[in-house]
Amino acid sequence: MTSLLNAILVIVLVMNLFALAASRIRALIRIVAVQGALLGAIPLLVPQHVALPAVLMVVAAVAIKGVVIPLIMMRALRDAQIKREVGPLIGRLPSVILGAAAILFAVLFADQLPLADQHEGVLLVPASIATVLVGFILLTTRVKAITQIVGYLVLENGIYIFGTLLIEALPLVVELGVLLDLFVGIFVICIIVNHINQAFSSLDTRQLVSLKE
Amino acid sequence: MALIMILFPLAMAAVAAMTPSNHWRPWLVPVTAAGHLLLVAVALARPEVTQGSAWLVLDPLSRIILLQVSLLFLFCSFHTVGYLRYRQELSNRVFCSCLLTMLGAMSLVIWSHHLGLMWVAMEATTLATAPLIYFNRTQQSIEATWKYLLVGSVGIAMALFGTFFLAYASLHEGLDSMLLLEGLLRQAPRMSKPWLQAAFVLLLVGYGTKMGLAPMHKWKPDAYGEAPSVVGALLAGGVTSCAFLAILRIQHICHLAGEDPFTSPLLLTMGLFSMVVACLFLIGQRDFRRMLAYSSIEHMGILVLGLGIGRTALFGTMLHVLANGLTKGVLFLSAGNIHRAYRSKSTEVVFGAMRRLPLSGALFLAAFLAITGSPPFAPFISEFSIFNGALDAGRYVIGGTFLFLLLVIFIGMSQTVLRVVQGRAPHETANAEYCDGWLTGAPMVLLMLLVLALGLYIPAPLRAMLTDAARFLEGRP
Repeated sequence: MTSLLNAILVIVLVMNLFALAASRIRALIRIVAVQGALLGAIPLLVPQHVALPAVLMVVAAVAIKGVVIPLIMMRALRDAQIKREVGPLIGRLPSVILGAAAILFAVLFADQLPLADQHEGVLLVPASIATVLVGFILLTTRVKAITQIVGYLVLENGIYIFGTLLIEALPLVVELGVLLDLFVGIFVICIIVNHINQAFSSLDTRQLVSLKE
Repeated sequence: MALIMILFPLAMAAVAAMTPSNHWRPWLVPVTAAGHLLLVAVALARPEVTQGSAWLVLDPLSRIILLQVSLLFLFCSFHTVGYLRYRQELSNRVFCSCLLTMLGAMSLVIWSHHLGLMWVAMEATTLATAPLIYFNRTQQSIEATWKYLLVGSVGIAMALFGTFFLAYASLHEGLDSMLLLEGLLRQAPRMSKPWLQAAFVLLLVGYGTKMGLAPMHKWKPDAYGEAPSVVGALLAGGVTSCAFLAILRIQHICHLAGEDPFTSPLLLTMGLFSMVVACLFLIGQRDFRRMLAYSSIEHMGILVLGLGIGRTALFGTMLHVLANGLTKGVLFLSAGNIHRAYRSKSTEVVFGAMRRLPLSGALFLAAFLAITGSPPFAPFISEFSIFNGALDAGRYVIGGTFLFLLLVIFIGMSQTVLRVVQGRAPHETANAEYCDGWLTGAPMVLLMLLVLALGLYIPAPLRAMLTDAARFLEGRP
């Protein structure tokens, strides 16, 4: 089980790099959808654990992260009729290199944190920290509002990876609450994105600069 | 009891969403607020009714925050009715529902003794306030909403990460990691240190973003500047208090784990840094709404500073939550009235407010004196007692810097405020028909009197509550 789990986590890490290299917004959303769906299934693979609450959680997570949110975003993209390029502040190659550096840092940092016996040898912690960092990179170096949301989703995915370490300890209510908040959050943000588009005729957040000192 | 207090505002939010009349709908807000305050009074007077589940508990810390938030909300709710009279052209359906949802979510934050649940509620307050900031539907308000949502969500995501780290800190040692506060406080000394420290940093950054501590304060001037003044008051006096409660919780756990040598320098640095940043931007500030945001950053800094000093400063810190929350109410509401009369936030256009709007102008000036710590108002007592706490703890440099920054901030703010209130009013102000009414005026007067009364005399029951809270933070449950 552990080796399968690690294999999935490596795929997730590689997808992070793909997300950084993506040049089309549509492709970016698809990558993150697949990543979310993959991550949603992880609780089934965490050692000594398959129970009804976990299955429920998996279904909810895969549906929301893999299907519902990407659909909302695709819709927002279509309504806004923006150009399809991602438009990064720094080039795609430097972003990928930055992402690789983030993964390296995450592995080194995770090494400093002691792991419980049952989690020895699982890549969950470094994968989680690395994904959070990649989310940050996407969030800060992309200028379109919708790509910033994708960055935020990647960040949430990273936190979700860490959450699977705790699935037995944390009651289901909280986990579902987290998912619901994520869902509503993206929903509200997408509405605002449409309003930005209407008011500014663009989703480029570099235009949002009238408020400053 | 807890459930009623949380679900009642949410139910009223649903009612507000279904009420057809734009004219009568705003009255649902004060009705709900009065009911909420009544429930709070019952809960405070008879602690036995609050017992029940382990997830929703009212402890000495949350009692103070609950009282403060509920009081502020009541006064703001009456102002809301007055405010929305002037904005009849816009539908206030979303505004009223979101305001009430916000009250429900804040109550949940305050009641919850489960850190995961607390996080969910905190995120709910973020989402409920976003449409409120966007109420005016201008380009600027979209920009402010976008920044608020994005920065707020990232901050709150960090808080979730920290919450997970905290759970792992106890799981690692084979303890149960239910994230229930009682359990965490009991297990604190045995938790894994590296995980606990990492959790503290993440939670401080996460909830600190929500509080608006520097350097995570970027959203604050924009959001406070563009949101309707009622929303500004509730953000500065309500949501920030809730976020501070979250930081109190984690500091409490770290204190019991013996991590004070690690946490206290972080809190002190954040506190002083926030005050310095606020100070720099307050000097020569030409926008009096943004000025209030920087003042809020300053006071969040003071709260965290007081927490970092600890021990005898804790009484002052808890009092400051109350004093700051209520004074911010007066400041924002009066500034909102002035803004409405002049249709501008810039001191180049706005002057002579004392003549143009005698009541709002005078209260704006009085609230400015109060918030900067002039006697005899409540913030003076709380800031003085934090300063005393610093001296008691032997932190003379911190105490000295604290006083110095307060002085500079007083001078910086006074320039802007005096320019607004003094002078001859312009002959034609943009919105000539606007004047202070009962609904927009009376809540400010009452709040101001409350701030004054608290500065002159703290009633014995309240003093007991504050002492309890300070002792609670020091000791075991």
